[in-house]
Amino acid sequence: MKAKFLVPLGLFLVLVGFLAFGLTLNPREVPSPLIDKPAPDFRLARLEMPDTQMSLADMRGQVWLLNVWASWCVACRQEHPVLLDFARQQVAPLIGLNYKDGRDDALGWLQAHGDPYVTSVVDGDGRVGIDYGVYGVPETFLIDQAGMIRYKQIGPVTPQVVRDVLLPMIAELKRAG
Amino acid sequence: MRADLLRRVTPSVVLPALFAFALFAGVPSEALAQPAPSGEAVPLAADPELEARVNALSHQLRCLVCQNQTIAESNAPLAVDLRNQVREQLASGKDEDAVIDFLVARYGDFVLYLPPFKGVTLLLWLGPALLLAVCGGWLALRLRRRQREAAPTLSGEQHRRARALLDGAPLPPEEPRS
Repeated sequence: MKAKFLVPLGLFLVLVGFLAFGLTLNPREVPSPLIDKPAPDFRLARLEMPDTQMSLADMRGQVWLLNVWASWCVACRQEHPVLLDFARQQVAPLIGLNYKDGRDDALGWLQAHGDPYVTSVVDGDGRVGIDYGVYGVPETFLIDQAGMIRYKQIGPVTPQVVRDVLLPMIAELKRAG
Repeated sequence: MRADLLRRVTPSVVLPALFAFALFAGVPSEALAQPAPSGEAVPLAADPELEARVNALSHQLRCLVCQNQTIAESNAPLAVDLRNQVREQLASGKDEDAVIDFLVARYGDFVLYLPPFKGVTLLLWLGPALLLAVCGGWLALRLRRRQREAAPTLSGEQHRRARALLDGAPLPPEEPRS
């Protein structure tokens, strides 16, 4: 037992290991309990045509993305080119959930930065956002043919996320469905 | 003279005193003793009983935007929305557990300041007790071992020398070292 004095050092290193691992985690990313659960239903007015409504059932049978965005959201600006690029690839329809925004602001924003969305629906008071467990903008949900949430991106969608997560998952879901 | 004095005194002294009295008389003593911290939820419901329930429940729910605050303490827009949800649902006759279930279904256990006791939180809840038991056991083991080791084992000769030392007698000759 000559190396007994090394025991505290070993314990310390274990602790350092835990702390180092903790640093790699992002406390802002709270795993959603909605993964692999049915997407909450909604019936909301469309941004471009407020007289018409859209509901979850309208997307049944398709693999699609629901992107929560707002004109006041800074990170959305960073995400926007990625979404435009994604929309150009036409692998899955992208629906916008315009979250607690003003109509004129939202329309102006789309005009200024381009519109990647098939359509955007308006969640003025954030109620549908709460149903989806949205706690920050942007957030993006991948929803399958049966209306199940398969993936949730918290924070901006990056090119890496599109390439490594979204595109493979979409392909997989389409094959399975 | 007296009336004159009174007239002069009345507005400058009595009115503020009356005002102060009116100010404090209308406030429950509890609120005076415990002023609401700045930024605390502003009560909205007219029904104080409901508001008390909303407030109590809000203090158990985490705001996901400012993660170290409850939704009662935070004024983030989401916290305001969630407070309104809590108020609305309690007003509609739901009980506290139903509202908690509603929020957990959407945001996960993370919204709860008091984590539930279940499989994944087993270590969280039992960890401290486990650590105490392990460390306590180790300490007890060490102490017992030390006690055993400390028991003196003297040879007959050593014992005699020790006796002699204690008695103050001249030391017996030491055994030649081999």
